[in-house]
Amino acid sequence: MDVVQFSKEIRRQTLRCLHSQGSGHVGGSLSIVDVLAVLYSKHMHVDPKQPKMADRDRLVLSKGHAGPALYATLALKGFFPEEWLDTLNKLGTRLPSHVNVNLTPGVDMTAGSLGQGLSCACGLALANRLKGVKRYVYVITGDGELQEGQNWEGAMFAAQKQLDRLIVLVDSNKLQIDGATKDVINVEDICAKFASFGFDAQRVNGHDFDALDQAITAAKSAQNGKPQCIVMDTVKGKGVDFYEAMGAGVHSTTVTDEQYAAALEELK
Amino acid sequence: MELRKEYVNELARLMRENDKIVVLDADLAGAGGTKPLYKEFPDRCIDVGIAEANMACIAAGLAAEGFVPFIHSFVPFVARRALDQIAVSVCYSEQNVRIVGFDPGVHTTSNGGTHMSFEDIATMRAFCNIAVLDVVDGVQLRKALPYIVEHKGPLYMRFVRKQTDELFDESYQFRFGKADKLADGDDLTIVASGTMLFDALEATKRLQGEGYSVDLLGIHTVKPLDEEAIVASARKTGRVLTAENHSIHGGLYGAVTEVLSARCPTLCDAVAVRDKLTQVGSLNDLKRDYGLTADDIYVRAKKLLATK
Ligand SMILES: Cc1ncc(C[n+]2csc(CCOP(=O)(O)OP(=O)(O)O)c2C)c(N)n1
Ligand SMILES: [Mg+2]
Repeated sequence: MDVVQFSKEIRRQTLRCLHSQGSGHVGGSLSIVDVLAVLYSKHMHVDPKQPKMADRDRLVLSKGHAGPALYATLALKGFFPEEWLDTLNKLGTRLPSHVNVNLTPGVDMTAGSLGQGLSCACGLALANRLKGVKRYVYVITGDGELQEGQNWEGAMFAAQKQLDRLIVLVDSNKLQIDGATKDVINVEDICAKFASFGFDAQRVNGHDFDALDQAITAAKSAQNGKPQCIVMDTVKGKGVDFYEAMGAGVHSTTVTDEQYAAALEELK
Repeated sequence: MELRKEYVNELARLMRENDKIVVLDADLAGAGGTKPLYKEFPDRCIDVGIAEANMACIAAGLAAEGFVPFIHSFVPFVARRALDQIAVSVCYSEQNVRIVGFDPGVHTTSNGGTHMSFEDIATMRAFCNIAVLDVVDGVQLRKALPYIVEHKGPLYMRFVRKQTDELFDESYQFRFGKADKLADGDDLTIVASGTMLFDALEATKRLQGEGYSVDLLGIHTVKPLDEEAIVASARKTGRVLTAENHSIHGGLYGAVTEVLSARCPTLCDAVAVRDKLTQVGSLNDLKRDYGLTADDIYVRAKKLLATK
């Protein structure tokens, strides 16, 4: 499957997962689908048969509420049966809407309380260095999430310790729950902020597969003692017109039978 | 009416009367229900973004200048993410900050384990001089708010945003630090806080139907606790069962047994979360899984009664 088809299939399965509950974090799940498609088709060194393989790349989904998008991706890669996608948030599920390292094969860190993932990723990268594992640690954060000060403690640490196998991917969809990020507490210029904290920082269209691929390739090959940051310009609810049009309301919203059918039609 | 609507309506009324009240949110103004206040009081409503620790200290600064700030988020983010800030800038410096946590314990439902907190009463209660409230319904919340504004010192309260079930009617009178007596009896005392009072009432009716007489105390103020009411009831019945949507460690059960062990040693048991990880699920599934239903209260009550 090429990356274009893969991303479409991830969107369909993400909505399937959310539809099983009837609602959930639609917007922030859909906005990271394309980077997940690029990562898991071209970059992540992982083995679905050995999800805990020591010599693997790690992904921390710091914006843990986007679990459904990651679950769709992992299911399609064969980490677990696709039927699991229909169990979102049911008691005893392996797929809680906020990611959990102990429940889901392929999930490398628990998240859901925003702002902790970058620091955890620093720990993973440090552990890899101590163990001599030369693999990458990716962390996906929200843009609103960067309002949590801990991110900047993590950023300073990463630069100080020269964690150049740490790649921070910021999902800059310009929205959080209470509105546009620029109206709540502005986090821009994200690229300049990370650069001033000692990162190599680039900004790309987060829905352009080639641009994402090139940016990740460049970040991986930098190996210059600097942690890497890629700010992705994205659209919350990406891929389904009526979700894209909802603005901040798409953060947590319904996936009714009708909405699900209409979305699948659009994602043919 | 949803509790968040009750809350915001009454807070709006109080804000019209009192220009010292300030509202702070951390990107959950819409979810928590305070959003309408931003239109009417644009200067006194502040959304700090996703930065709860920052919010707690901003509130402390406002309080130091005579304002009465209310800070809001889901329980773990307002009460746990900002814990040291609350300890030092709010409690230790004795500021009049009101800390408001939404969707305590199992009421987190589909937001799951990271959003579920069973330790907020324990941690808050351990701070010096803070008042701790576990609210049962909208009437109680509305009637408590005028008092909460005037209270001297830090105060923490938790309630369920979207709850519509009501226990009390308009005749209800909120008395800070006092238990609400909901049934009078000699065989067993049940002490319940927050929404567990609904389940306790149901269990009480079932026990009464079997001929037992139950003393039922509703506790909104877990700290300062109504020690006199609890000791008097324990003296009368000799058996005490607590019920709370919280860990068994340090919450209502802790508070009640601390008092009884010193003043009236009594055989007690608890309906509470017994050291089990937080998780995702529907409200009913979670209540069953953690043993927080009316049935659980009934079963434990029967066991306690059997020891008499
Ligand atoms: C510490 C913490 N505070 C508040 C929340 C509630 N919350 C969940 S998602 C969210 C908004 C996230 O915005 P952003 O990071 O921009 O994510 P995205 O737009 O990608 O969904 C908030 C406030 C949380 N999960 N954790
Ligand atoms: Mg965002």
